[in-house]
Amino acid sequence: MIVEIGHYALVLALALAIVQGVVPLAGALRRDVALMAMARPAAVMQFLLVGISFGALTYAYVVSDFSVVNVFENSHSLKPLVYKFSGVWGNHEGSMLLWVLILALFGATVAVFSHGMPDDLRALVLAVQSWIAAAFLFFVLLTSNPFARLIPAPLEGRDLNPLLQDPGLAIHPPLLYVGYVGFSITFSFAAAALISGRIDAAWARYVRPWTLAAWIFLTLGIAMGSYWAYYTLGWGGFWFWDPVENASLMPWLAGTALLHSAAVMEKRDALKIWTIFLAILAFSLSLLGTFLVRSGVLTSVHSFATDPQRGVFILAILVFFIGGSLALFAFRASALKPGGIFAPVSREGALVLNNLLLTTCCATVFVGTLYPLALEAMTGEKISVGAPFFNLTFGPLFIPIILAMPIGQMLAWKRGDFFGAAQRLVLATAIGAGGALVLYALRGGPVAAPLLSGLALYLIIGSFVEIAGRIGGRGKSLSVIIARAIGLPRSAWGTAFAHAGIGLTLFGLAATGWGVERVITARVGEPIAVGPYEVSIRSLEPRLGSNYQELVAHTSISEGGAVLAEIDPSRRSFTTRSMVRTEAGIATIGMGQVYMNLADVRADGTLDLRLYWKPYVALIWIGALIMALGGFLSLSDRRLRIGIAKRAAARASVSGQAQAAE
Amino acid sequence: MTRKGRRLTLIASALAVIGVAIGLALFAFRDGVVFFVTPSELAAKTAAMAPNARMRIGGLVVQGSLSKADDRHIAFAITDNQTQVNVTYTGLLPDLFREGQGVVAEGVLANGVFRADSVLAKHDENYMPREVADSLKKQGVWNEGAVKK
Repeated sequence: MIVEIGHYALVLALALAIVQGVVPLAGALRRDVALMAMARPAAVMQFLLVGISFGALTYAYVVSDFSVVNVFENSHSLKPLVYKFSGVWGNHEGSMLLWVLILALFGATVAVFSHGMPDDLRALVLAVQSWIAAAFLFFVLLTSNPFARLIPAPLEGRDLNPLLQDPGLAIHPPLLYVGYVGFSITFSFAAAALISGRIDAAWARYVRPWTLAAWIFLTLGIAMGSYWAYYTLGWGGFWFWDPVENASLMPWLAGTALLHSAAVMEKRDALKIWTIFLAILAFSLSLLGTFLVRSGVLTSVHSFATDPQRGVFILAILVFFIGGSLALFAFRASALKPGGIFAPVSREGALVLNNLLLTTCCATVFVGTLYPLALEAMTGEKISVGAPFFNLTFGPLFIPIILAMPIGQMLAWKRGDFFGAAQRLVLATAIGAGGALVLYALRGGPVAAPLLSGLALYLIIGSFVEIAGRIGGRGKSLSVIIARAIGLPRSAWGTAFAHAGIGLTLFGLAATGWGVERVITARVGEPIAVGPYEVSIRSLEPRLGSNYQELVAHTSISEGGAVLAEIDPSRRSFTTRSMVRTEAGIATIGMGQVYMNLADVRADGTLDLRLYWKPYVALIWIGALIMALGGFLSLSDRRLRIGIAKRAAARASVSGQAQAAE
Repeated sequence: MTRKGRRLTLIASALAVIGVAIGLALFAFRDGVVFFVTPSELAAKTAAMAPNARMRIGGLVVQGSLSKADDRHIAFAITDNQTQVNVTYTGLLPDLFREGQGVVAEGVLANGVFRADSVLAKHDENYMPREVADSLKKQGVWNEGAVKK
């Protein structure tokens, strides 16, 4: 019964979404306040209905109701409870329901937290958002119904894919989806602005917190996915340039560009056309990612059962929203007046360069990801575009971004002083160059490792130079410095932390060059040298988990005789799916990690091992956390709070007139 | 600088960046791209291919062909039920490598033997490298029941 209620709630949500897509739109066009006012309660109600539906599916999973096909195929009564919850989205149907839930959540959030916004803009945003929701609700109900019944009900389920039975499943997809789907709001804002024809600095102010929120979650989601792959796939890789990963990287790049161009639009009323275009692009790439992952065009752990009908459906949604918004864009863009002017060397100029490079990076990833698909569709020839392609294209394009980041932070709006900025970066440059030399002398390794880590040091130090200049100064006492530091706008701190986070990640990436990898056959008790450490398996122990059996190798890691850490890598055999999965043993020492994987256990008792020493590898993900922290700091800036936008809008329009008069 | 001059600067720098990107992409396509072939295609194309060209071959591991010279020097054969290619590989095989199952090997062909430096097997019982699944379907040896979940 509860399952049927969930299904019914989803149908109601669809009906409501269609109404919410039409009535407020008509209201905004006819300036009818009553019709526009319908959008807010409808958006909240839509979220509640999808929430009920999601809750019903979760219930079916928790009580192991195998009369539901979806539960039967992806669950097992012995599965640990946490995976019964996270298993709800560990399959195609459930994950699409989560998609729709987050879509509705964003709509409801806009409805509740938008006091300062003009009524018609809010109504249009919620209407467009509801169109997207309606399209995906149709998709779920027609092609991916998670509530389909199976009569007679089987006694036991087929269990969840063991690779997904991991805490990562509880965290990675929700974070990533909040990021992906978060860009739907910026898209809805862009479409609303195009429909109403009012595209100004105030618009950029409204949209920025949403872009920022989506960006934060996308950053965390990508980092979490990368760490999950790292510890679960068993060979220490954390980024494979796999099409599915690229599908999440592309919206991240476009979203990062959007954040920066929206800043220009907000402050200087320039780059309006471009910002709107990026808002459309970021969500289009999110949709493209959904299409690539969910349609079965690609095969990976992310694509569950494939069904061509679904691919065609998502493709139709993709074409409708991208095509529709671009048509609207083409129709309106010519009417936009260019805003504030600026010299090439200026904050705006630097941000334009950032946008240019980021979108080009995004384009190379796009080509590398889709070229094999296009080639196969046209000629039937099959190729794979792997890491070498992306390292050669993405790498050289990203290095100038890093060089320019601290400089851009220090240039003034309108007209900047390049040499002044460069002069203030002398210290950062010296530390970067010195660090590279010292690291090369100490560790050697491939030249790229010390060079890139030097670049990373330059960026980390350089990110804070601008702030240091604003709060420090000769002869200032500590209390003055602290008072000034607290008084600085949070967004300035946000920028510094986000940029430094990139530096930390880059340092972790560069340090992979100094890593040690050993593939070795060993016996229990035999010491093995890995980098500066000695690894030794003390004993083997068979253990019984709830739905698997495992062989655990109790292992200690020591340096000079002193034990530093203990790890328990294991091999798990999952009974229901007769599948083996290895659990890597990972010990974090400093910022580096010793990584051990039990590749095989032989009849004679010897073990095939993969062993890695990865110095500074943790910085890759810590850097992403720091980026997200920067995003949160920026988000908490008082200027971005709602309500303030109204006054700022008034100011912006005054300054806009002043520029027009100039 | 005039507005026109500024716009020209912008367009020129955009073109420069895009030009560099296209150049890099074309350069990278020369050796960053790996072709996928079946054992039959490999046999047919050997003459036309550049020596030491990297490629991926995919098919089924021939029953009884797996042999280990020592710990990690492994030899096996891949077949598409028409042609068979001998493969050598140094390293650890993936967890789900089995005789009679689908596999993809990446490496170079030297003296009639394929020297693989990476071997990919199925990720789980549902997943088979797409290229292999396609070529098996083409040859009619696709066992739907065994792969479908």
